[in-house]
Amino acid sequence: MFSDYSMSELTAIFAMQGFAGLILFSVFVLMALGLAIIFGQMGVINMAHGEFMILGAYVTYLLSNFFEAYLPALFSIYFFIAMALAFVVSGALGMFVEWAMIRHLYKRPLDTLLATWGLSLILQQVYRSVFGAREVGVTIPDWMIGSLPLTDMIEIPINGIFVMVLAVGISVAVYVMMYRSRWGQQVRAINNNRVMADAVGINTAWTDRMTFAIGCGVAGVAGSAFTMIGSTGPTAGQLYIVDTFLVVVFGGAGSLLGTIASAFSISQAQSILEFFLSGSMAKVLTLLTVVGILMLRPQGLFAMKLRK
Amino acid sequence: MINPFTHKYMNGREALGFAILAAIIFVLFPLVLEPFRLNLFGKYLTYAFVAVGLVLCWGVGGILSLGQGVFFGLGGYCMAMFLKLEASSPENTAIQSTPGIPDFMDWNQLTALPWWWEPFNSFAFTIFAVVAVPVVFAFVIGVAMFRRRVGGVYFAIITQAIAAILTILIIGQQGFTGGVNGITDLRTLHGWDIRTDEAKTTLYFVNGVLLFAVLFAAQFVRKSKLGRLLIAMRDQEDRVRFSGYDVANFKIFVFCLGAAFAAIGGAMFTLQVGFMSPSFVGIVPSIEMVIFAAVGGRLSILGAVYGTLLVNWAKTTFSESFPELWLLGLGALFIAVVMAFPNGLAGVWAEQVAPRLRKLWPGNAAAPENTPAE
Repeated sequence: MFSDYSMSELTAIFAMQGFAGLILFSVFVLMALGLAIIFGQMGVINMAHGEFMILGAYVTYLLSNFFEAYLPALFSIYFFIAMALAFVVSGALGMFVEWAMIRHLYKRPLDTLLATWGLSLILQQVYRSVFGAREVGVTIPDWMIGSLPLTDMIEIPINGIFVMVLAVGISVAVYVMMYRSRWGQQVRAINNNRVMADAVGINTAWTDRMTFAIGCGVAGVAGSAFTMIGSTGPTAGQLYIVDTFLVVVFGGAGSLLGTIASAFSISQAQSILEFFLSGSMAKVLTLLTVVGILMLRPQGLFAMKLRK
Repeated sequence: MINPFTHKYMNGREALGFAILAAIIFVLFPLVLEPFRLNLFGKYLTYAFVAVGLVLCWGVGGILSLGQGVFFGLGGYCMAMFLKLEASSPENTAIQSTPGIPDFMDWNQLTALPWWWEPFNSFAFTIFAVVAVPVVFAFVIGVAMFRRRVGGVYFAIITQAIAAILTILIIGQQGFTGGVNGITDLRTLHGWDIRTDEAKTTLYFVNGVLLFAVLFAAQFVRKSKLGRLLIAMRDQEDRVRFSGYDVANFKIFVFCLGAAFAAIGGAMFTLQVGFMSPSFVGIVPSIEMVIFAAVGGRLSILGAVYGTLLVNWAKTTFSESFPELWLLGLGALFIAVVMAFPNGLAGVWAEQVAPRLRKLWPGNAAAPENTPAE
């Protein structure tokens, strides 16, 4: 199959394919980071995670229209404001959901799963009623359009690079929050031993609420980033949910490094297989392998050693 | 008072519950519903098979499977393959470039029947496969997961992933499975036209009888020592293990039983509705099946049947007239049933309705039924 191509063409194909894999990796990392906080640290199954991402995407869409109409001078930087706003809006909704629903269900994880699924259905219908059933896209600022010619045959789309930079930036931010801040210390303490954390004076109820809110906020930022590479529809969030959960579980819940490593291996496996097989078979094989490995090693790639 | 119906496996009140449900399914519905609606209710009742299985797995055993659609679908597809082969006789498919194979294979340039379709020419094998294929699949999943003590939310996520994988696989392998449209245009069962009103009414009754067989089996499991062990396992798994029981075996058994129930439902679905498609396999239908059981009451096998009927009837009614409201309503139902009514309709009945009925009936001073709380 390779004999028709010259050597330089082959290099270009593999470089582009590898780069497509890297973009998919960034997307997976962005999707999984929020869930790694919520599911990995708190053990809460948030089936509405995809809908929190879509909320961020719709916030970006609204802001893009707003800047186009009223502040065209600042249009080139609207995206950064949109990301911040997406974080705040999704985080605020997350905080409300935790207060109204999740905190009553901490002892019943399976019921949380069903309740948040119900929440996801409601949010989908709200999006459909407000924004319509059709997918919407944002206007991308000029500097993000086009591609960077690396050699005369390899070109790299700028919005792809942007998403990758974002994924790295947000991963670093989450890492710093988790492992270098007082809040992160408290979250990890609660994850280790809730009763003990309570006893030494950590406000566990408040920390839980903040953790859930920050996880949802990160989801919102991820959704905002996705508008740069694709369009947004009311049910788009549901498409991500299985992949996202598998990435987090495969990496080992509670391990940020594991989440990133599993996002990398799943995305690379999928994009490499896509080169040889049809898209759906590549996905089936990747997911089957992940499920198979999880059956052999249920704790995931990087398991935290905990005494429960 | 000695009740003559009191028996180890079913006390008088439970027997009355079974009798009332039997009266509703076998007398009331056929009398008041026109054939089209009766067939619709027959379709709902096929989901009740899944819900009863979920009551055993989830309510009693504490294993939440979000992949019951997989077993429903496998059972349904086995039946659909047999019916499709019968509908694709060389005479019926003479216009195809390869007569004698199902039409979707012809459209996808297949020229011979795949080997794994061949056994489905036999009705006996099909009946066997309807139950065996999903049960073997469930057994493999169960052994792999429960032996390694994977449970709770991890099990739920992995079963959900399996549902997603199977859906993608069925849709992707269009030539072998009929793709996203599924296996359609099913006509006869051993020459008996299943599309007529009389056939549909007959199938409704067959379905009802099978449902009762499943209900009796579920009741037997619940009341047996196995049922008590399942509840003990759900609440204190380690203590059961330390008492010397092999927890994994019980979990595997109940998971396989739930899969078998779902598969029978799927096969009856195919017969009554006349097609099978991946839209009954994936994540969304699987989780909707959980809500049927949750609305009925996750601990009540009869409640599961009522819950299934109620939710599906509401779905048909609302999505016909207010499609927007339906999703909001379904979402709210998920939240309400978890937060406010964790024991579903059966819980409302046991806590609210039954005590009041008892007051109206002073002679009937039976002890209140114990509905275990969450």
